[in-house]
Amino acid sequence: MTYPALSHLRALEAESLHILRETAAQFRKPVLLYSIGKDSSVLVHLARKAFHPGRIPFPLLHIDTTYEYPEMIEFRDRFTREIGAELRVYTNGDAIAEGTNPYDLGTAKCCHQLRTRALVDALKAGGYDAALGGARRDEEKSRAKERVFSFRDKEGRWDPRNQRPELWSLYNGKVDPGESIRVFPLSNWTEMDVWRYIESEAIPIVSLYYAMPRQVLVRGATLIPMETNVKPLPGEVPQTVICRMRSLGCTPCSGAIRSEADTISKVIDELTAFKRSERENRVIDHDQEGSMELKKREGYF
Amino acid sequence: MSLLPLLRISTAGSVDDGKSTLIGRLLYDTKTVWDDHMEEVRKSKVNRASRGFDLSLLTDGLRAEREQGITIDVAYRYFSTPRRQFIVADTPGHEQYTRNMATGASTCDLAIILLDARKGVLEQSRRHARIAALLGVKRLVFTVNKMDLVDFSQEVFDEIQAQAGPLLAELDCGHVDFLPISALDGDNVVARSPRTPWYTGPSLLELLETAAPPALASALPFRFPVQLVIRPHLDFRGYAGQIVSGAIRPGETVLALPSGKRSRVKRIVTFDGDLDVAYAPMSVTLELEDELDIARGDLLALPATAPKTATRLTTTVIWMNEAPLDGRRGYLLQHGTRTVPVRLHGVAALNEIARVEVELAEALPYDSYRDNRSTGGFILIDTITNLTMGAGLIEGAASTGQSELQKFSDAPFTPAERRKLRAVMAHMQRFGVKFDTDDFNQGEGI
Ligand SMILES: Nc1nc2c(ncn2[C@@H]2O[C@H](COP(=O)(O)OP(=O)(O)O)[C@@H](O)[C@H]2O)c(=O)[nH]1
Repeated sequence: MTYPALSHLRALEAESLHILRETAAQFRKPVLLYSIGKDSSVLVHLARKAFHPGRIPFPLLHIDTTYEYPEMIEFRDRFTREIGAELRVYTNGDAIAEGTNPYDLGTAKCCHQLRTRALVDALKAGGYDAALGGARRDEEKSRAKERVFSFRDKEGRWDPRNQRPELWSLYNGKVDPGESIRVFPLSNWTEMDVWRYIESEAIPIVSLYYAMPRQVLVRGATLIPMETNVKPLPGEVPQTVICRMRSLGCTPCSGAIRSEADTISKVIDELTAFKRSERENRVIDHDQEGSMELKKREGYF
Repeated sequence: MSLLPLLRISTAGSVDDGKSTLIGRLLYDTKTVWDDHMEEVRKSKVNRASRGFDLSLLTDGLRAEREQGITIDVAYRYFSTPRRQFIVADTPGHEQYTRNMATGASTCDLAIILLDARKGVLEQSRRHARIAALLGVKRLVFTVNKMDLVDFSQEVFDEIQAQAGPLLAELDCGHVDFLPISALDGDNVVARSPRTPWYTGPSLLELLETAAPPALASALPFRFPVQLVIRPHLDFRGYAGQIVSGAIRPGETVLALPSGKRSRVKRIVTFDGDLDVAYAPMSVTLELEDELDIARGDLLALPATAPKTATRLTTTVIWMNEAPLDGRRGYLLQHGTRTVPVRLHGVAALNEIARVEVELAEALPYDSYRDNRSTGGFILIDTITNLTMGAGLIEGAASTGQSELQKFSDAPFTPAERRKLRAVMAHMQRFGVKFDTDDFNQGEGI
């Protein structure tokens, strides 16, 4: 008997289910880092498949910076309730009480406090020994070197020069107390794969990914939605522009793009014609050359 | 044109042969590079290219390596053409990172070995070709790079090809190609170059787009390493895992190894509904007719094509850590979903390939690496530091292992044995011996 090769998406799916199950089997206390974005939506969908007919055997953890779009929080609460997942939310309350905000502190420092620090603290507080994330290797240069099971020391740091060799599909998840592994089941997916999978599986995603008229500030090539307290620079006036988000983050850091794509298939068509990377509209990555790698060494996802 | 399945490629070469430039060129010429990334390359303070912009910066991601100008770890790249999707494992050339070359080769279908036209076949190139062949890569593509620096000379190219002769004779590898290219200028990378009129073969990308797809694991005997037991309520007990080879249908009898318990498949359960058949590399959940004591680490197989088990294995090990193999130390062997304490008998230091006998604390069902990449490969983990110390390829049971003999009477034949037997039977038939070979030919064993 011969059987056809699996389609590209089915093969990716099978690999991701294997990784999710390895995580559940090898670790004492895993957690899924849920960022509400499209990659997280795919990851949660895959987790449902991996453990069917059982429930997802670990909680979903959202690091809430308090600067996210209201639609995101609404979506988070509805989606996790509908699928019966256990949601935990963590905020770096101390930093916020001390007045950490992107407008006064700058986006890089703010992100360090409200995301990186918050994540490391949340993982420590929860005693998690594995954290699943939706990052993909095609996203950014330093991610291209990331293992599927990526070791973090007791401070949550990544050492790119000293990674465990990873052969075949054998993942070494052995850690000592306090150490942990970041697990990336979507490592081999591309942005296009993610969109095609969302389309074929009809996975719900936040409406921000679809084009609609929004009040924005036009700052250079970036459109900054007015949803939050973004402060116009002298001379800037809000305008109504039909636009959407290509990747989601905090309001001050993730810009919108001009787009008419209001359905997934239009988003896919648009992506085929795109010439610029999806992270470009995330202001934070551009603070300095190699900034993502610096953040990752500090423990950013 | 029908879409060929994904091709996994690894690239290897000595440092400065131009790997990063070549991959950058492939990405750039197939329009996989975003404009903003290209702008970063143009703006970057670093430029090691003799003309134009430095395409190697597209792949040399990490700060540390940009500063040193060498690639230090395996990086995975994704690109596609209208005809095919590709994953490239870009593996470092520097000697101390040879382990990463093995890592990249472990999952790939085709290896690109870069040579510098001015230097020819170096010790590193030989080593990389050997590792690729050892890890079961069936197609090697030698690209002679920097042809622009030798005036695109056919003599130089022919000489290098001749130089590689003895190496190729020694390697057991299905298919070998030679291409003259310039990664810097793009000759014969995507389009065939007018500067090499004497070369009549395909460009590198044409070759990659049309390379025969890897053999399908679904055609091999059924192997299902149990990852975990799914038990949402008392009425359901399912075994979740990925079918690493072969296929399974409801109603078939399966054998759980190493215990040898049998049951029949009741249902193949997935989130999208039950299946009538499942095959590699699908991830599924199997429900069995009987409540057996099956757990993570067990391997399900069909009785007729089950793997053998052994407590002592002859293996080839690639050592990947600064601390050399220590026969007095305990290691963990991770094979599929099973982890077994082992002692190692052999000598190996960082980046060495050694013959090692592995003494297992409990019986392990296995295939030889030649027969099955998934059930023939393993990693070794240090019990104290938790680090992955090496990777191993199973050859077979060591002569001192007795379990093989005990099981021989009812054990099915491995593909290797079947090949030998088939040859013996053909030979005997030529001498007029007649026997019923139907069962054997149908894959049921004799
Ligand atoms: N003249 C010429 N130079 C090249 C070619 N390919 C790469 N180089 C140069 O060789 C050097 C090493 O290239 P790189 O891609 O970093 O090599 P790697 O260490 O193998 O990744 C760089 O200065 C490149 O610009 C080529 O085809 N012709």
